[in-house]
Amino acid sequence: MRPAVSALLRKELRLELRTFQVIPAMALFSITTLIVFHFSLDEDAIDGKLAAGVLTITLLFSAILGINRLFVSDHEEDGFDGFLLAPVDRTALLVAKAIALFAFLVVLEVVAVPAFDVMLLDPELLSADAIGQTALTLLLANLALAIVGTLVGALAIQTRARDLIVPLIALPLLLPVVIGTAKLLAPTFAAAGAEALPGRWLAILALYDLVFGLLAYAVFDFLIED
Amino acid sequence: MTAAAIELDGLTRRHGEREALSDVTLTLPAGATLVVFGPNGAGKTTLLRVLATLLRPHGGTARVLGKELPGEGWAVRGKVGFLGHASLLYRDLTARENLRFHARLHGVDAARVDALLDAVGLKSRADDPVHTYSRGMVQRAAVARAVLHDPELLLLDEPTANLDPRAVEVVEPLIGAASGRTRVVTSHDPVGGLRDADLALGLRGGRAELLAPAAQVTSARIGELYR
Repeated sequence: MRPAVSALLRKELRLELRTFQVIPAMALFSITTLIVFHFSLDEDAIDGKLAAGVLTITLLFSAILGINRLFVSDHEEDGFDGFLLAPVDRTALLVAKAIALFAFLVVLEVVAVPAFDVMLLDPELLSADAIGQTALTLLLANLALAIVGTLVGALAIQTRARDLIVPLIALPLLLPVVIGTAKLLAPTFAAAGAEALPGRWLAILALYDLVFGLLAYAVFDFLIED
Repeated sequence: MTAAAIELDGLTRRHGEREALSDVTLTLPAGATLVVFGPNGAGKTTLLRVLATLLRPHGGTARVLGKELPGEGWAVRGKVGFLGHASLLYRDLTARENLRFHARLHGVDAARVDALLDAVGLKSRADDPVHTYSRGMVQRAAVARAVLHDPELLLLDEPTANLDPRAVEVVEPLIGAASGRTRVVTSHDPVGGLRDADLALGLRGGRAELLAPAAQVTSARIGELYR
């Protein structure tokens, strides 16, 4: 399966570098959302649960935009069929797309998290520990977004109402991820990383990643076949 | 006796409530060419997509290259070259990048990509994005993609529709009768279609209204399918 994943991933990254269809859209949307939050909250700086919620929601909605576009290039000119005709494990597409989406989310966060710090976060909360805890939390959240996003994107691209189907299915499925991410980020943004991350929520996010990873592996074939 | 490349018995495929293919039965020997005629919506493309394992049969049986569909479809993939209405090429990649991508999926050496780009006359434009190509150039690149992995069976949906006479000559050794492969070709051109075919199938409303050796079929008989 590795050569197929490698071929698909190289194609994904090459297409994104050439067209910039996904990452700039997600990054611009996240900045715009943060600006809206900045003015609507009318606060110089936020912390704790509010800060955790604002960052989580901003990243989630930006990710939905990326999920919507994940399979667009495959849909045009029936690129899906080109893959389906090849003698390779269909799961290779799931793995390659999930890795690509994960990479897009990391790039998004490299832009959005500093922007969140500048526009909304209390400057006193910016410490090395806080950055480390935020990175660990977002790593687990990204895994979930990448797996569920790839599943939902593959399902939605075969429907006419793709732009509607993605948020309608993905948002309820990702609710545990939203809760877990916010629960993990809240103490980080309350105590500048001085408190340890709540282990229960770390375990829940890790378990979610594992369960949905296995589920995606089991059902992906059926999603993309006739 | 030549082994059968395709054996269909009562093949049926529905799109919703409508039967796109209904009770189609035929046998095509290996190395032979089947030409499929029929008006728009007759089921020609559906037949090709079922044979390519892209659509599941809903009734009857279908054996392709000795394998039962859909159960053994995995064993057929990689042995079929499919040239449909869509090119299956990524518009923002170059022809060379597209072919290399498909070559990696099929485990084909990169040298074959260069040889095919040369064979279809795209060597000088191989590094331009596909969206800058004319329809004919896209079709030539799609032909190269379809035969990249040296398939045993070619499924060709109006393969020369966008090609000028010179381009038709260029792709002929790859997808024409001279390629020596088993072929299923859809066509609206009775004269050209029958010329290179061994067996002719006429579809109308998903049903096989004509199935006969191509040599015994006249253009007038094909014309009746369209009335």
